[in-house]
Amino acid sequence: MSPVLSVENLRVAIGSREIVQGLSFAVEPEATLGIVGESGSGKSMTVLAATGLLDAPGARVTGSSVLTPEGAGPLELVGARRSALRRVHGDKIGFVFQDPTTSLNPLLTLERQITESLEAHRSLTRRAAASRALELLEAVGLPEPEQRLQSYPHQLSGGQRQRVMIAIALACDPALLVADEPTTALDVTTQAQIIELVRTLQRERGTAVVWISHDLGVIGQVADDVLVLQEGRPLEHRGVVELMDEPRHPYTRELLAARPRLGASTPPAATDDGEVLLSVRDLDVRFSVTSAAGRSIVHAVDGVSFDVRRGQTLGIVGESGSGKSTIANVLTGLVRPHGGSAELAGEDVLHRASHDLRRRIAMVFQDPFSSLDPRMRAGESIAEPLRVHRLPSDGRPRDERVAELLELVDLPAAFAQRYPHELSGGQRQRVSIARALALEPELVILDESTASLDVSIQARVLDLLRRLQSELSLTFVFIAHDLAIVQQMSHDVLVMQRGQTAEHAAAADLFADPQQDYTRRLLAAIPPDRPRRAVG
Amino acid sequence: MTEPRDEIVADEHGAGVAPTDEAARMTPFRLLASNPLTVVSALVLAVVVLLAIAAPWVAPYGINAVDVANALQPPSASHWFGTDDLGRDVFSRVIVAARVSLQVAVVSVTFALLVGVLIGVVSGYVGGLLDVVLMRVVDVMFAFPVLLLALAIVAILQPGMATTMLAIGIVYTPIFARVARASTLSVRHEPYVQVSRTMGTPTTTILRTHVLPNISGPLIVQTSLSLAFAILSEAALSFLGLGIQPPAPSWGGMLFSAQGFLGQAWWMSVFPGVAIFVTVLAFNLLGDGLRDVLDPKQRTLIESRSRR
Repeated sequence: MSPVLSVENLRVAIGSREIVQGLSFAVEPEATLGIVGESGSGKSMTVLAATGLLDAPGARVTGSSVLTPEGAGPLELVGARRSALRRVHGDKIGFVFQDPTTSLNPLLTLERQITESLEAHRSLTRRAAASRALELLEAVGLPEPEQRLQSYPHQLSGGQRQRVMIAIALACDPALLVADEPTTALDVTTQAQIIELVRTLQRERGTAVVWISHDLGVIGQVADDVLVLQEGRPLEHRGVVELMDEPRHPYTRELLAARPRLGASTPPAATDDGEVLLSVRDLDVRFSVTSAAGRSIVHAVDGVSFDVRRGQTLGIVGESGSGKSTIANVLTGLVRPHGGSAELAGEDVLHRASHDLRRRIAMVFQDPFSSLDPRMRAGESIAEPLRVHRLPSDGRPRDERVAELLELVDLPAAFAQRYPHELSGGQRQRVSIARALALEPELVILDESTASLDVSIQARVLDLLRRLQSELSLTFVFIAHDLAIVQQMSHDVLVMQRGQTAEHAAAADLFADPQQDYTRRLLAAIPPDRPRRAVG
Repeated sequence: MTEPRDEIVADEHGAGVAPTDEAARMTPFRLLASNPLTVVSALVLAVVVLLAIAAPWVAPYGINAVDVANALQPPSASHWFGTDDLGRDVFSRVIVAARVSLQVAVVSVTFALLVGVLIGVVSGYVGGLLDVVLMRVVDVMFAFPVLLLALAIVAILQPGMATTMLAIGIVYTPIFARVARASTLSVRHEPYVQVSRTMGTPTTTILRTHVLPNISGPLIVQTSLSLAFAILSEAALSFLGLGIQPPAPSWGGMLFSAQGFLGQAWWMSVFPGVAIFVTVLAFNLLGDGLRDVLDPKQRTLIESRSRR
């Protein structure tokens, strides 16, 4: 079969810097090419340049990228005229991007957004386009598609929006589907559903797919061939089974080791005799939501109880909206609970928590990009809790303590002078961790602290957290949506669903013998160890 | 849609590797300097301010040196801007009035800035009933036309320089309150503010260290634009005889006294008018330039344009 897209010696340069350095690949109908690499490795650039969508000022694209859709002549996309590209985009090539919340126009109904390309490329009438839109929504498995046609993006969940994006991308039966990190912003369970959906649709329609991801675990589930990129250079380009069984390049091996897997490693078994540090009983949090339909009460956390022993980690896991972050916010005083109690070594955390108590609980947030003040140097950010609590009290200069903290998180002391925008995501998260540790807290709450990092960086940050826990005998509440990561970190696991406890057990028991369907679903959603092609 | 993060590969432990995109980013100052209009307006303002400060020494004649014999002289080598109906030198009066105008503008805008930002930041950060009450008060102040409100204030108090400053300051307070509140609302939900709250940081410290620096961009722009309008308001009040009281010179007052001589002595009205025009325009252009630099979206646009 002739390839749908064949790229030869593709190069992209901005100024004197070459971002993509001579890539060649081809995708055949019904096949999937996985492009994998860390952020900044040029994955998206490559695909945008190859499809003629690159719109970065001053970017020069050289090389060749030929699209040969079924029943049409070949078309060179590099350097093609805009009008030629317009005819191809959306018609022969469909795109799905990472962020389903911003990829859809919030002011248009789903019908309008799906029919847009149909009316432009296929000159369908409104009615024909609408009935096609309905078919598409059915095909991507959206519940109640008739009603959904008239709804707006904000009425859908993240996974549903990504399904709509796929419906839009497939509207004109494209020969090539470009999926740029389509599941990165989604829960593990939703990710598994989207992967399944794309595979099914691909088999039905014979679409060629280019799937970009930073996670080799995901790529293993979707791809036939894999291209590993580092700093715009191709490192390896082979079949997925061979690549994952015998990685040739050390970087590929690193990526393989970094992907979240079940059973990769577990913390030492929990001892039951430890002192209970944090004790939460019947926590109940309600939010009143005012909408056009009137006021309603959202029960975010409903009767959750747990204990955390000193020096151990409690993993709290669940899909988005399950109330796990609300628990973190209650414990740090950002949200007032409706009822229940929480005690840190016998002291009440929820009501009139003292200034001193705040010292003993620290929190690391999810987003390393907004949890540091953009106008403060890293050193000032780390010193902020010290300043607030007038520490160190022995008169040592604060800079000394900051340097100590930077060393603790494996950053050079010179980083104290840098602004957040001069740091990478992993470095920022290390700064956030240093800030959380500044006051020598007893309890550290990690709210999806590694979720927005690349898998390889995530693995390093997790290593750091484990090391810090054993060195400083910290107690963690580790909140995540990915059970594989929770397994690596936790002694006990609390599985939450819609604000309630679905399952609460020691990590070893939970993973060996999950009692609840919901837990089993979460476990099944983790990309398995072996690539799908090897399994059959 | 492309890489949402600026992560650099292998930078996890690599010291001294700054992300290249950021290194190529221009500093705000250089960006500002790349816009010729902004540079020119800043230069014009610098000249105006210097002249205003040095006015008592630069002015060739006394501001109230009446010389009736030389009344209504057209511009000449000895009287650059001509003389008025009492023989006073118009040039001397214009540059001394610049001092008065700028003083009124700076003091009144500083007043508006301090009070407005305080109201806005507290209102935006605390929220709830306090926010509703403060913002309704601001709305009521907004409902009055600017000059009418200033007139009312001057009418209640004695006309004079201090009253003029107070009136203009009060009139411009709601604008700053609105700008500060809107920016505070978006900053207070940023995770770095939340992090600070979890540390037990007192609210005043959060406002000072996190909120204020991060809302400074729009405030700087608003200050520059308000200075322009404050000068206009002062001129208008003085023109109506409610601002700076004669014989002290002011641009508005000079325009008023030039009214009767429009046919005979064009220079009496043109030069103070040009002074108002140039200063206000310069402040406005500088404000526009600042806005372009301080607004990240605009900024990317300028950068990409200048790279081509």
